[in-house]
Amino acid sequence: MILLKITDLSARVAGKDILKGVNLEVRAGEVHAIMGPNGSGKSTLAQVLAGREDYEVTGGSVTFEGRDLLALPAEERARTGLFLGFQYPVEIPGVNNVYLLKAALNAKRKAAGEPEVDAYEFLTLIRQKMKFMHMSESFLTRGVNEGFSGGEKKRNEVLQMLVLEPKLAILDETDSGLDIDALKVVSAGVNSLRSPERAVVLVTHYQRLLDYIVPDQA
Amino acid sequence: MSSKPQDVEALLAQKYRHGFITDIESDSLPPGLDEGVVAAISRKKHEPQFLLDWRLKAFRHWQTMQEPTWAHVHYKPIDYQDISYYSAPRAPANAPKSLDEVDPKLLATYAKLGIPLHERARLAGVAVDAVFDSVSVATTFKEKLGKAGVIFCSFSDAVRDHPQLIERYLGTVVPPGDNFFAALNSAVFSDGSFVYVPPGVRCPMELSTYFRINAAKTGQFERTLIIAAEGASVSYLEGCTAPMRDENQLHAAVVELVALDNAQIKYSTVQNWYPGDENGLGGIYNFVTKRGECRGRDSKISWTQVETGSAITWKYPSCILKGDNSIGEFYSVAVANNYQQADTGTKMIHIGRNTKSTIVSKGISAGHAENTYRGLVKILPSAAGARNFTQCDSLLMGPTCAAHTFPYMEVKNPTATVEHEASTSKIGEDQLFYCLQRGISAEDAVNMIVSGFCKVVFKELPMEFAVEAQNLLSVSLEGAVG
Repeated sequence: MILLKITDLSARVAGKDILKGVNLEVRAGEVHAIMGPNGSGKSTLAQVLAGREDYEVTGGSVTFEGRDLLALPAEERARTGLFLGFQYPVEIPGVNNVYLLKAALNAKRKAAGEPEVDAYEFLTLIRQKMKFMHMSESFLTRGVNEGFSGGEKKRNEVLQMLVLEPKLAILDETDSGLDIDALKVVSAGVNSLRSPERAVVLVTHYQRLLDYIVPDQA
Repeated sequence: MSSKPQDVEALLAQKYRHGFITDIESDSLPPGLDEGVVAAISRKKHEPQFLLDWRLKAFRHWQTMQEPTWAHVHYKPIDYQDISYYSAPRAPANAPKSLDEVDPKLLATYAKLGIPLHERARLAGVAVDAVFDSVSVATTFKEKLGKAGVIFCSFSDAVRDHPQLIERYLGTVVPPGDNFFAALNSAVFSDGSFVYVPPGVRCPMELSTYFRINAAKTGQFERTLIIAAEGASVSYLEGCTAPMRDENQLHAAVVELVALDNAQIKYSTVQNWYPGDENGLGGIYNFVTKRGECRGRDSKISWTQVETGSAITWKYPSCILKGDNSIGEFYSVAVANNYQQADTGTKMIHIGRNTKSTIVSKGISAGHAENTYRGLVKILPSAAGARNFTQCDSLLMGPTCAAHTFPYMEVKNPTATVEHEASTSKIGEDQLFYCLQRGISAEDAVNMIVSGFCKVVFKELPMEFAVEAQNLLSVSLEGAVG
């Protein structure tokens, strides 16, 4: 089944054309890698797919599970199962890391007509995922990315992905700035999400990530 | 917005139901201000001679003063001869008879704020007695406080029942000639609250609960005096999170706090007066003088304020740290949206040895608002070992608002330590998009980001009000982004 279909997509940022006719098909169960030098538009593509407003789509179309993705606001794209692992995860001081994640999960569940998770259920779930990602308990009490190292931020992105269980995860240079141990943990996180119903798009500079996450297409 | 400004204005335009106190005659003085008016106010309130003399002295001083222009606020000149300085209760001509007659949008706002049902009616101006019996509740509190020896009453009652306390403490923290608005207040103040906590007594309850029930008599020229005697402690909450009906445009209140040896006073304010409409029309001018004096050693005064209302706010809750080892604190969240102007901050005057002060100010600006922090940390030569920590953060929402910070420091003792941190940030497009990408709605995201920004201040509020303050913040900023 085709999960994501990008046809002749063009987009501009601040008056500058960055994407010029991109085509891509991602089927459920696949892992894709998008590689290329800086400035080739990899991150722009990720941001456009996620629905960032200052990126103007000038042509082409994108469907996600057959629906017109570009017609949806960013939050609805997320709720229908599109996840973006940010290249530079932003700090939100004073907002608890877990609180944000719980709000995110509940927003998604609510949109799907499922009941919200209660605090206890959620804590059990997140403890289990954190253990898998080799994250310390202190992540439960810290602010969103507040004072996190580069590597901690990336682990946090993958943690969020594991909790939200998206149908399509786009990981924008999630591997950059990681040492080899962190890279293994992050890769294990991504691999654990692989399943016949899901797909992953890796945006990366480095071949080394692909030693740990073997793509179906690059 | 669940309550459109026009609706509030419509409500404001209605006759104000509540009088200042219950035992005054049913007449009002005509607009205008002279010595005769000051004397008439004092006479109507059956005040002792010393208070009349005090008022007249303040009035004479006020006449020599100029309205201050240094604040970063702009408004049309106020005609002080066009104000009536004494209003008796008015006839309930247009007031709603029950909640059914109140604008449903206003009620929706109350619901959002989590205001208890029985209080909504009073706030909306429905005749109270018909709804619930506030007297019996108040009496229960009064008995409990009385047993502990705490005096808590209206200022007028205190003048009648405890004149010696009034004479000893009134104007000792904010002298009648302190500033233009304080002088005006001293001459014509209508009523307010009085608290005296005797030596060694820990006030058995937050004075908030009681106050909320009596809040309706908040006047235009309010006067509050709180005294914590040796080893006493009290937590006082002023104001209300709900939009109050109010037809006075100018408010000039004075609050004085006195903490003797080892005493502690915690004073929390939530201010949500009518801010004017989205075009900057109408709204309350709030010119307040609030000051506490740590008169005794090891005493502590803590101000916490959440300011979301008023068209203009001019307010600097301050601490005079006279006693050795005394502590002053100021925690503030000031929100200005649309065309609101806020010029607020604090003064920490270190006189005693090893005095400590902490200032945490969070300013949030949205729309076309101007938000100014103005602070003074003054360390006198006598204040050996004094310490101050100041943190001022501003959050901007949108491209048309502004934040200003004017921190002044005067350090005259070389052993003092003064630290200042300041930051200005925009509510990041990045932060917002991050939340959206996680499926969180724009409204929830803004609330989350703003609450995170204010967290350190909310932590200082009494528990039940922290929640309301958070709700209030989201109502005040509704529609500011996204």
